[in-house]
Amino acid sequence: MSENKRIDEPTGTSTVGHEWDGIEELDTPMPRWWVLTFWATIIWAIGYVIVYPAIPMLNSATTGLSNWSSRGDLTQEMKLEAERRAPITAAIAATPIELLGANPQLKQAAIEGGRAAFKVHCVQCHGSGAAGSAGYPNLNDDDWLWGGDLSAIHYTLTHGIRNPDHSETRFSQMPAFEGILSAGEIDATTAFVRTISGQRKPDAVSANGAALFAANCVVCHGPDGKGLREGGAPNLTDPIWLYGSDADSVRATIAKSRFGVMPRWNNRLDAVTIKMLAAYVHSLGGGEAATLQPPKVALNGKP
Amino acid sequence: MASPDDLTGPMQALYAKRSAIYPKAVDGFFRRFKWVIMAVTLTIYYATPWLRWDRGPYAPDQAVLVDLANRRFYMFQIEIWPHEFYYVAGLLVMAGIGLFLVTSAVGRAWCGYACPQTVWTDLFLHVERWVDGDRNAQMRLNAAPWGIMKTAKRLAKWSIWLSIGFWTGGAWIMYFADAPTLTVDFWSGTAAPVAYSSVAILTAITFIFGGFMREQVCVYMCPWPRIQTAMLDEKSLVVTYKDWRGEPRTHGIKKAADDGLSTGDCIDCDQCISVCPTGIDIREGPQIGCITCALCIDACDKVMAQVGKPRGLIDYCTLDDAEIQKAGGSGVPILKTLFRPRTLAYFAIWGSIGLAMLFTLGQRTRLDLAVQKDRNPVYVRLSDNSIRNNYTLKIRNMEARPRQIDVSAEGLAGAQIWTGDGSRETARPTIRVKVEPDSVAKVRLFVVAPSTGPEHEAFAVRLADASDATATARDSVVFERPETADADGDDK
Repeated sequence: MSENKRIDEPTGTSTVGHEWDGIEELDTPMPRWWVLTFWATIIWAIGYVIVYPAIPMLNSATTGLSNWSSRGDLTQEMKLEAERRAPITAAIAATPIELLGANPQLKQAAIEGGRAAFKVHCVQCHGSGAAGSAGYPNLNDDDWLWGGDLSAIHYTLTHGIRNPDHSETRFSQMPAFEGILSAGEIDATTAFVRTISGQRKPDAVSANGAALFAANCVVCHGPDGKGLREGGAPNLTDPIWLYGSDADSVRATIAKSRFGVMPRWNNRLDAVTIKMLAAYVHSLGGGEAATLQPPKVALNGKP
Repeated sequence: MASPDDLTGPMQALYAKRSAIYPKAVDGFFRRFKWVIMAVTLTIYYATPWLRWDRGPYAPDQAVLVDLANRRFYMFQIEIWPHEFYYVAGLLVMAGIGLFLVTSAVGRAWCGYACPQTVWTDLFLHVERWVDGDRNAQMRLNAAPWGIMKTAKRLAKWSIWLSIGFWTGGAWIMYFADAPTLTVDFWSGTAAPVAYSSVAILTAITFIFGGFMREQVCVYMCPWPRIQTAMLDEKSLVVTYKDWRGEPRTHGIKKAADDGLSTGDCIDCDQCISVCPTGIDIREGPQIGCITCALCIDACDKVMAQVGKPRGLIDYCTLDDAEIQKAGGSGVPILKTLFRPRTLAYFAIWGSIGLAMLFTLGQRTRLDLAVQKDRNPVYVRLSDNSIRNNYTLKIRNMEARPRQIDVSAEGLAGAQIWTGDGSRETARPTIRVKVEPDSVAKVRLFVVAPSTGPEHEAFAVRLADASDATATARDSVVFERPETADADGDDK
């Protein structure tokens, strides 16, 4: 088509040689600055290919002179982040757990750190909202089997519950009453337990169960059924039930007992992370103020 | 003229070399007007960051400050938060419609007088004339071989340009930080790296755009001339060569008169071309290169005075007016050109956006609340059988003073609340929270209510400034309860 090129008279510029219904396109040259910019980008690209990874090879791309990689960037970022956090981490490490609440800023930092660690280590059992499920306690409520102040939560996290390999673990074991009590007696005890938690109206069966309860259960659960934290014995009068409050669940608990295990974390997580987890769990809304006397731990209250 | 040689000759050049332009100095009404505009715009640009505005101890005292680090925009008594960015968007819309308004009324006045590219190029041209001399001297110098004199003059010119560019960038960064502090930091080498790179980039851009690219920015790079050509109509003022009066142009009036030829007023002295900063010939008619700086009007008026003809051979004139004048009429009065339905409509839109913004600025409350309910868990049953829901409050205190805010749950029977700092023992129907000045407080709110009630109960979290009864804010949320109240399921 180049043979159709001609010089456009008013502008003095050549046409490109195409024509559409009498409309022609001028071959207006680029301004020089534009062409220079264009060449500059090409030269830049050559430098880029030399300095940065660019050309795909069999296993990886060429490394480039700068040896840059996105993983290297990440490592560097993580290192900087750890350095940035170092003062706070050190401060948390140096603060005894029961004094963590005294410094609101430090406490908030610990809570945020605990929130992240919880998502990694705890959600598998306790759920992402820490609401638990049957057999796994809800950490949002104000019912604590072993105590809900910072120190108690910290102890539970550190040493776990019913860890066979650890002497300081929190330990208690409810006997399985199948064989000790007859089926009818277990039914009566179940009825009584459901009566004191307000789920059932008292009647002759529950009255029968009251006697059985007094004979078998008050050692751990107390005469009024309100439980005993030192032994991890649950309060039976409140509406919070770890294994369910319906008759079948309660009957199964009495007959076969329960033996929930929580891992200890002192052999998996560092002390600061455990403290942060304690602060986070404490912050979920049910955290208790520190009891004046430190809880006696490791009662190993076997019935 | 097209000849076969043109077509078979060597390949056309890939690029067009910029044809050098050496605008000649000119004096006249429009030139003086441009000086005034330049002085005003540059003064605004350089002085604004140094204006002080007292906002109390908790806010910066710079009158105009774009505080990117803290995400605040201060403009005299107005403080804009990021969520109020629509005010900035509104300003941009006003700026856009303002350009429409100006274009429809007085054509490309923005390009000719107020555009930074025009103002700084004008300044650079002035420096160039001061160092190299006027048009002819510049052309001679450019053609001359490189020698001591030329090198010295080039170095002098470029250093002045560079320092103007440096001060341009240096003033720019003052809008983004406290100007006096930043100045000290900048010169002591302790300012943020971005301050130095901004100055470096703006120095380079000013130097290149104002010194070398000049009209190429307007002709090739800027989209605005293209938009404006679409916006101009037959009633917009444009710089017009009155060809019906000037043509036929001739160098030698006397000779033409002697020959008995009729001549126009244009003596073809090319003064209009010499003074044009974009190097166009206005006598070819309206064109994209004409930024309507009106310097050719000044130049032509001077020549007309010298040859004893009335001024205004080149003048601001609408296309309609041109038709009327060509036919011998006297044209439309300027006010009628300016105040016509189109400009009035633009002005009405522009003004109403401005008024609406002023109104909302006056009405806006400086206390704001956003409540987010925890969705996992939806509710928590407590050991006394009451139900707790958890919320996260974001309390925005947009005033530059610390405030005590009373938080309460409105419309939820028997509700008791406490924050993350408290506990059930400290629960009250209303609690007081301290919010730092000019900041957002994130507050964990625990709400406890009896378990008897609807499954989803709507209520509102209400804020009230403890010291100012008119400052309130509320946000509607839902209190969730278990699906059914405890069914007293009997033993099976």
